[in-house]
Amino acid sequence: MVEIPSGSADAVPTAEVEDVELYHPKSWWTKYVFSQDAKIIAVQYSVTAISIGLVALVLSWLMRLQLAFPGYFAFIDANHYYQFITMHGMIMVIYLLTALFLGGFGNYLIPLMLGARDMVFPYANMLSYWIYLLAVLILVAGFFVPGGPTGAGWTLYPPQAVLSGTPGGSDWGILLMLFSLIVFIIGFTMGGLNYVVTVLQGRARGMTLMRMPLTVWGIFTATVMALLAFPALFVACVMMLFDRLLGTSFFMPAIVEMGEQLQHGGGSPILFQHLFWFFGHPEVYIVALPAFGIVSDLISTHARKNIFGYRMMVWAIVVIGALSFIVWAHHMYVSGMNPAFGFFFATTTLIIAVPTAIKVYNWVLTLWRGDIHLTLPMLFALAFIVTFVNGGLTGLFLGNVVVDVPLSDTLFVVAHFHMVMGVAPILVIFGAIYHWYPKVTGRMLDDVLGHIHFWITFLGTYAIFFPMHYLGLLGMPRRYHELGDTVFVPPSANTLNVFITVMALVVGAAQIVFLFNLVWSLFKGREAGGNPWRATTLEWQTPQTPPAHGNWGKDLPVVYRWAYDYSVPGAAEDFIPQTQPASGGATREVVA
Amino acid sequence: MAQSLDNSEFRPTGLRGVAADFSSDQRAFKTASWGKAMMWIFLLSDTFVFGCFLLAYMTARMSTPVPWPNPSEVFALHIGGQDVPLILIAIMTFVLISSSGTMAMAVNFGYRRERGRTAALMLATALLGATFVGMQAFEWTKLISEGVRPWENPWGAPQFGSTFFMITGFHGTHVTIGVIFLLIVARKVWRGDYDLARRGFFTSRKGQYESVEIMGLYWHFVDLVWVFIFAFFYLW
Repeated sequence: MVEIPSGSADAVPTAEVEDVELYHPKSWWTKYVFSQDAKIIAVQYSVTAISIGLVALVLSWLMRLQLAFPGYFAFIDANHYYQFITMHGMIMVIYLLTALFLGGFGNYLIPLMLGARDMVFPYANMLSYWIYLLAVLILVAGFFVPGGPTGAGWTLYPPQAVLSGTPGGSDWGILLMLFSLIVFIIGFTMGGLNYVVTVLQGRARGMTLMRMPLTVWGIFTATVMALLAFPALFVACVMMLFDRLLGTSFFMPAIVEMGEQLQHGGGSPILFQHLFWFFGHPEVYIVALPAFGIVSDLISTHARKNIFGYRMMVWAIVVIGALSFIVWAHHMYVSGMNPAFGFFFATTTLIIAVPTAIKVYNWVLTLWRGDIHLTLPMLFALAFIVTFVNGGLTGLFLGNVVVDVPLSDTLFVVAHFHMVMGVAPILVIFGAIYHWYPKVTGRMLDDVLGHIHFWITFLGTYAIFFPMHYLGLLGMPRRYHELGDTVFVPPSANTLNVFITVMALVVGAAQIVFLFNLVWSLFKGREAGGNPWRATTLEWQTPQTPPAHGNWGKDLPVVYRWAYDYSVPGAAEDFIPQTQPASGGATREVVA
Repeated sequence: MAQSLDNSEFRPTGLRGVAADFSSDQRAFKTASWGKAMMWIFLLSDTFVFGCFLLAYMTARMSTPVPWPNPSEVFALHIGGQDVPLILIAIMTFVLISSSGTMAMAVNFGYRRERGRTAALMLATALLGATFVGMQAFEWTKLISEGVRPWENPWGAPQFGSTFFMITGFHGTHVTIGVIFLLIVARKVWRGDYDLARRGFFTSRKGQYESVEIMGLYWHFVDLVWVFIFAFFYLW
């Protein structure tokens, strides 16, 4: 390790690539609708994802109402319940979280944080959004076709997914689900290639990989993972479509349905599970890694302190990404496998806890003796750490084969994954929106409304999911439409169920405050100025706010330092932008 | 501020130097353009698609309790009074591998700015590709006429037909898409779009001769995938 003496670090290599020529839209349509500008595409992605997310929110309400008050709502019969479960899960994981983190935040932040004018292939980027929208429309169409959407559970396990006993199994439901996923993957690939190539090849002068903000590292690694994990889902979807449409037997064993022997035979349902979870487990980190990255930047900015152990944070992200490809079968302990495999997958699963714990320690150490501003982004970031640690610890339970087997398919699992990949990333999304909304719109979100939203959401989600651990330990199964009288479930469990449902309704309703805030602040919010958080990263140094087409005016920015020069001793301000030459202040960057 | 243009005196050596070069500013791959980098990463992703297809096929073949049809008999042609095993597939493979040769030559001539030869060689590549797809159609027709269906076949495990049609179909689709794009790029070369810096119809960006090479990357990949399909399907 050498500290580059200030002075000579002012030098920046000459431009290797000539400045890009941008496509300049001429009409309103090409400017705001069929836009090739990553910033507009980001907003389109975000609005679509949040809209479809609201559908998933309402579906979760309906499920909770049924669980707390079984029989009161006649229209929530068993079939509908399964359809709600399936659509809620699929929408949240893929169409909301993946699309919002990568399509929304990725599109907005990658070019701006790296000092690029736009994504490298703006046209493919535009197509990516419209294909995503098509996927969402196909998904929503499921609600309006005969038989309704599929009720196979978000994992779509065969053979039940394509049998007539499952809602949508022999109707349109499963077909639309599979088509929608295939279309989504095609659209995502177009966007994903853009994000990866922009990060690798489209950075500003002076922006080395090890000077990139952790947000970009998180989104970049997640995108690479998505490009390698979605193929497995793609293949699984294609094969299941053939099973359903052509009568092939990839996943279908010999099976008797309604007393009749079906034409299928010889297929392997376990094969589907392997393909699905080869996608499904990396998917957890596709959602988590951008959240890790964003939360690192929020904490550093709002604690006015450089991120602790930047290089370690980068390597932790990369190592988590790599490890997540060899843990998938921990979702299949109850499917049965060779004990040696169980041992292998349990071991790799527990090893992931090491880089993850490093990240948590580094967040806490960043906060340690920082100048903590309890702004809304900071509150959400702190809430994320608490929630994530909680959800991560239960992950250690479930990663062990012997502990997992009795807990599998109980509400304990539901509590675990909602804490760790539901609530935690969504808290980061909220924090990120409060943080970057001023850059996107030029106005601040309202603070009072924001605090109401934060406290209800944070405490409320805890009230929802924490009690579920106890219900799960009691053995209360997940995916049951109605429990009826069960010996091992005491009556008090139902009181808890009612409590959870009431809290779910409250938390859901609190999101109306947030949506109102988004719209109201757009017109009435306080003017933000270019850099309201006094942050160092490039997106806050744009000549205009919101950034204009091309982001940077005539000259591209030049980067002289890392993204975390906060509270540098001797500096005039408690932050030094990345565009400030070294002669403008010392740096805490450590150069290897 | 009088300094050298770079901070070479602080540059690390050895493996650290490799890492420092790779992670240096602006570009990780110093010689790759955006388009070429994109194609490589896309091909990596596509490798996973074909990898999953082939793994699924191997799983099906190894786990089925029903006997698997014998490929040398199934894929034999009756020529001159006797069955010649794998003859069609040998010709198909030869044709496709040859097309990689013409493609490589097209790339070479592209960089020499020899428009006519580049376009002609690309057309030859497309022709060989189309021949491959045509012979594949012939093979499909023959098998279908013998009773092979995605859900059943006369000789054994039904997964034989399912995986065969799915994987060769998916590969054939790749070849077909490749042929279409070969024709498009060949036309652009022929017209001199890359010399005149004419803008693309959709992207409104100027094209370069590099497109020929990027096209070639895709084509060689499709070729390479075929080698694996050939080995795992016909020779196993």
